[in-house]
Amino acid sequence: MITALFSSVEAGLLYALMALGVYISFRILDFPDLTVDGSFVTGAAVASVLIVGGVNPFIASLAALGAGFLAGCATGLLHTKGKINPLLSGILMMIALYSINLRIMDKPNVPLLQQETVMTIITTAFQRFDQALATFIPFIPKTWAIIVFGVLLVTIVKVVIDLFLKTEVGLALRAVGDNKKMIASFSGNTDRLTIIGLGLSNALVAFSGALIAQYSGFSDIGMGIGMIVIGLASVIIGEALFGAKTIVRATLAVILGAIVYRIVITLALRVQFLETGDVKLITALIVILALVVPQMVATRAEKQRKARKRGAAVASTQADYESV
Amino acid sequence: MLQLKQITKVFNEGTLDEKVALKHIELSLQPGDFVTIIGSNGAGKSTLMNIISGRLAPDTGEVVIDGKNVTTMSEHDRARYIGRVFQDPMAGTAPNMTIEENLAIAYNRTVRRTLQFGVTKKRREFFKETLATLQLGLENRLHAKVGLLSGGERQALSLLMATFTKPHVLLLDEHTAALDPARAQLITNLTKQIVEQYRLTTLMVTHNMEQAVQLGNRLIMMDGGQIIFEASGEEKKKLTVEALLQEFQRIRGSQFASDRAVLV
Repeated sequence: MITALFSSVEAGLLYALMALGVYISFRILDFPDLTVDGSFVTGAAVASVLIVGGVNPFIASLAALGAGFLAGCATGLLHTKGKINPLLSGILMMIALYSINLRIMDKPNVPLLQQETVMTIITTAFQRFDQALATFIPFIPKTWAIIVFGVLLVTIVKVVIDLFLKTEVGLALRAVGDNKKMIASFSGNTDRLTIIGLGLSNALVAFSGALIAQYSGFSDIGMGIGMIVIGLASVIIGEALFGAKTIVRATLAVILGAIVYRIVITLALRVQFLETGDVKLITALIVILALVVPQMVATRAEKQRKARKRGAAVASTQADYESV
Repeated sequence: MLQLKQITKVFNEGTLDEKVALKHIELSLQPGDFVTIIGSNGAGKSTLMNIISGRLAPDTGEVVIDGKNVTTMSEHDRARYIGRVFQDPMAGTAPNMTIEENLAIAYNRTVRRTLQFGVTKKRREFFKETLATLQLGLENRLHAKVGLLSGGERQALSLLMATFTKPHVLLLDEHTAALDPARAQLITNLTKQIVEQYRLTTLMVTHNMEQAVQLGNRLIMMDGGQIIFEASGEEKKKLTVEALLQEFQRIRGSQFASDRAVLV
C-alpha cells in the first residue's frame, strides 16, 4: 500500500510538469490546446530514441523539451496565421503528431529497460544513502531518490514559471488570455505571444513525456491518449482544493492537483470491482466532480448567508413591534 | 502630427450589401490639436478610428503619423504611436490582472518588452504618482484586480493607461458613452485635464453634442462617410449645440436624425 502511494507521488511529480504546461495554455492563454495528447508522446519518443542511440539521457530529455516547443509553435501558427479555431488547431496537430511520433520511433513501442536513463542515474547516484536512510525510515522504497529529484525539478520549473509570468513578456502573455483587444492596443503582438505561449506549454508537456518514458521504462505510441484530460483534471482538482488567487498559488495548486489525481487513481484501482480499463472513466468522473462540487458548495453557502440575513431582518422587525 | 490623405473605405464591395463607409477623407492635425468628431450612426466615425489605429486597412489613401507613412503597419506596431480608449470600459484593461500589472503593460506600449520584471520598485513609485492624479484613491489599491473596479474607475484607469506614456496621437472612441452622467462627467473632466497636461494631439468621437462643443479646439461633423462641416479656433469657441443643429440642417436639408444624438 505504502509502496503504491509512493509510486503515485513519484509519477504525480513527473506528470505535474505536464499539468503546468496545460495550465499555461488552458488558464494563462485561455486556449484549450489538445496538442498535448500528441506532444506528450513526441517528448517520450524523442528522448527514447536518443537514449537508445547512446545520447546522455539528460540531453535527450532537453531535446524532447525542444521538440515539444516546436509542436506547440506549430499549433500556434495554425491558429494565428491559419485562422483556425483553437480546438481544431490542437486536434489537427495532435493527429499529425501521431504519424510524426511513429516516424520518430520507427515502431509503436521503444523499450528502455536495459538503458541508462535519468531515473537509473539518479537512483544509483543516491544509492549510498540508502543504508543510512533505511535505519531511520524502515519502509522507504528503493526509488526514494526519484521523489527528491522530482520535488527539486518541479520546484525549479514552478519558480521559473512564476517569475517569467511577472516579466514584461510574461505580463503580455497573460494579457493575451485576459483581453486581446487591450494588449493589441498596447503594442502586444498577440499572434507571436500566442505562438510562444503554446510553445512553452508543449515544451513542458513533452519534457514530462520524456521523463515518464524513462520512469516507466518504455515509450509507446498510445501513451498520450487522454493526456489533456489528465492535465485538465490536475489543474481543476488543484484549483478546487488549493485555490488559485495568485499565480504563485495557482502553479502550486496545479502541482498538488497532479499528485492528488495520481493518488486518487491508485486508491480507486484498489477497489475490488474496478479494473485498469476503468481509469479513463474514473478520470472523467473526478473532473466532473471537481467542476460541479465547488459550484454547489458556493451556491449553498450563498443561500445560507441570505437565509440568515432574512432571518435577522424578520427578527429585528418583530423586536420593533414588541417594543412598540 | 496626424494626416489622413484621401482615405476611402468600402465594405462588402461588389455585393448587394455594398456600403461606402468613408469617401475621400482628408484631415490634418497639428501637434496639440484636440478634435471632436460628431455624426449620426453610420456616418463613418468608428471606421475612421479603426483605420487610424490599424484595425482596418483603407481601400485607398494614406495614414501618416509624425511624417511617417503607417498605412501598411500592423495594429500592434502602430500602437507605439497611438493611445486608445474604447467605448466599453471593460475593453481597455485586463480584468484578472492587478492595477499595477495593467499599468506595466501600458508602460511597455513604447518600450520593447524584455525578460525584466514588469513591475519594479521604481516603476511602482511612478505608477503611484500617476494614479494619484486621478484622485480616485486607486494609488492605494495597486494590488487589486482591475475586474473589481467600477465601470467609471476602469475607464479612468484606461484613460490613464492610454495617455501616461504620451502617445503621438490619442484616439477616444465614445469613451464616456457607456457611463452614467456623473461618471461621464468625471471622465470628461479627466480627459480635459490629461490632454492639457501632456499637450496630446487628440481625436475624440462623441455622440454628446454638448461635449463636442465644450471640448477641444476643433470640431468635425461627419455624415455619409464625408466630413460635412468643420470649425476651429474662434469659430469653434462660439459654437453652440443649436447652431450645430442648424448647420447640419442647412447642409443636409434634413433633420439630424439619430436615436443616439443626445441634444443637451
